[in-house]
Amino acid sequence: MKARHRRFAWILVGLAALGVAVALVLNAFRSHLVFFFSPSQVIANEAPVGRPFRIGGLVQVGSIVRDTGSLTVRFVVTDTAKDVPVTYTGLLPDLFKEGKGVVAQGTLGPDGVFRATEVLAKHDENYMPPEAAAAIEQAHKGGQAKTLSR
Amino acid sequence: MAINWYHYASPATFHPLAGRLAAAFAWLAAALTAAGLWIGFVVAPTDATQGEAYRIIFIHVPTAWMAMFIYLVMAFWSALALGFNTRLSAMMAQSLAPTGALMALLALWTGAFWGRPTWGTYWAWDARMTSTLILLFLYLGVIALRNAIDDPRRADKACAVLTLVGAVNVPIIYFSVRWWNTLHQGASVSLTSAPKMATIMLTGMLVMTFACWFWCIAVALWRVQAIILERERGAGWVAALPAVRET
Amino acid sequence: MAEFFAMGGYGWYVWMSYGACAVVVVGEALSVRARRRRALEDARLAAVDAPSRGAGAMP
Repeated sequence: MKARHRRFAWILVGLAALGVAVALVLNAFRSHLVFFFSPSQVIANEAPVGRPFRIGGLVQVGSIVRDTGSLTVRFVVTDTAKDVPVTYTGLLPDLFKEGKGVVAQGTLGPDGVFRATEVLAKHDENYMPPEAAAAIEQAHKGGQAKTLSR
Repeated sequence: MAINWYHYASPATFHPLAGRLAAAFAWLAAALTAAGLWIGFVVAPTDATQGEAYRIIFIHVPTAWMAMFIYLVMAFWSALALGFNTRLSAMMAQSLAPTGALMALLALWTGAFWGRPTWGTYWAWDARMTSTLILLFLYLGVIALRNAIDDPRRADKACAVLTLVGAVNVPIIYFSVRWWNTLHQGASVSLTSAPKMATIMLTGMLVMTFACWFWCIAVALWRVQAIILERERGAGWVAALPAVRET
Repeated sequence: MAEFFAMGGYGWYVWMSYGACAVVVVGEALSVRARRRRALEDARLAAVDAPSRGAGAMP
């Protein structure tokens, strides 16, 4: 075998190895990098059983109940189709708010309550000054009032 | 007017040209950075949801875009180097790797310091962040491979192959927020929809992006000058350079 | 001025981000300049080692 052929063979071997590595990475993405499950998936038993996972969705408006005297908080995570109640003890991120995105890590109890060990806020990709946000809020409320009065 | 590309593809002609271009791009970058920081910190209002923490966007998004873009440019030069066996293309690819690695590092770093106050964590293994970390390791892998091979021409080929294979990661990073559930939010700016940002915030971000872009061009051109000198050390034109003769 | 640096309580995060970028920009510029100087020095040594070759290649 000439040196040139041997080098070519090494390049092929290297490429094959890299291809396998890429395939492994892609597979890891598909099976393990589902960062969170939606409440609908959790209700449909698609979330992993017996090990901690993350649940993601919106904090249902009016569902936050703070314990007096401790850092325990209860709220409901919703994807507007299904809801999952969550309890958590600890500090919440600044952006944790009703109607906003949330990702909580923990385990699902047999009673259907998700016991979170970590709560992260998931914000959207919109950036605007407070006045603009207030105007949108106002317009939204106005629209709702109109549909209600009709 | 036809440009004689082969003329500029010669390291001897490109070396002085790179110096002049780098200086011009560095000045442009400095002016745009001043303008971008002024817009980002003084003109742009606070964000309704995130308060002042959102101002990290003016540096996070440009560095993250550059980390991905430089990889694609590096892949382009690598493909040219493999296909046409041109020395200068390989040197350009070699020069871009450290700058790309630093941009990826800054994207991850600024992302961490943005994630902590907003999401509540410095780091999460979601698809966007993990694939950006893989990008950083690809850059480091290319640099390591370059240093592991003594013969520069063989190192060129090996690095080019690794760079091209790794290029598959770039679309994965870009589309990760659409393909998977991620903690990272979707794109605020894309070619297919109207920007989801107030105009002045978007302006600041774009000005900073151009500043970042031009800085990367400048520093990569300076580095390629050094690389040309390193690799053409024995050539007559290098020995005849005033800077070499006088020192 | 103090209010500006406080960044509404997010000063640590904002300035750690921008500070790191400043450090990287300055650091990269200095390292590239050092590399260029080293390359010029090596080229000079190479030219001294082979003066005939260096001079002969120029028209």
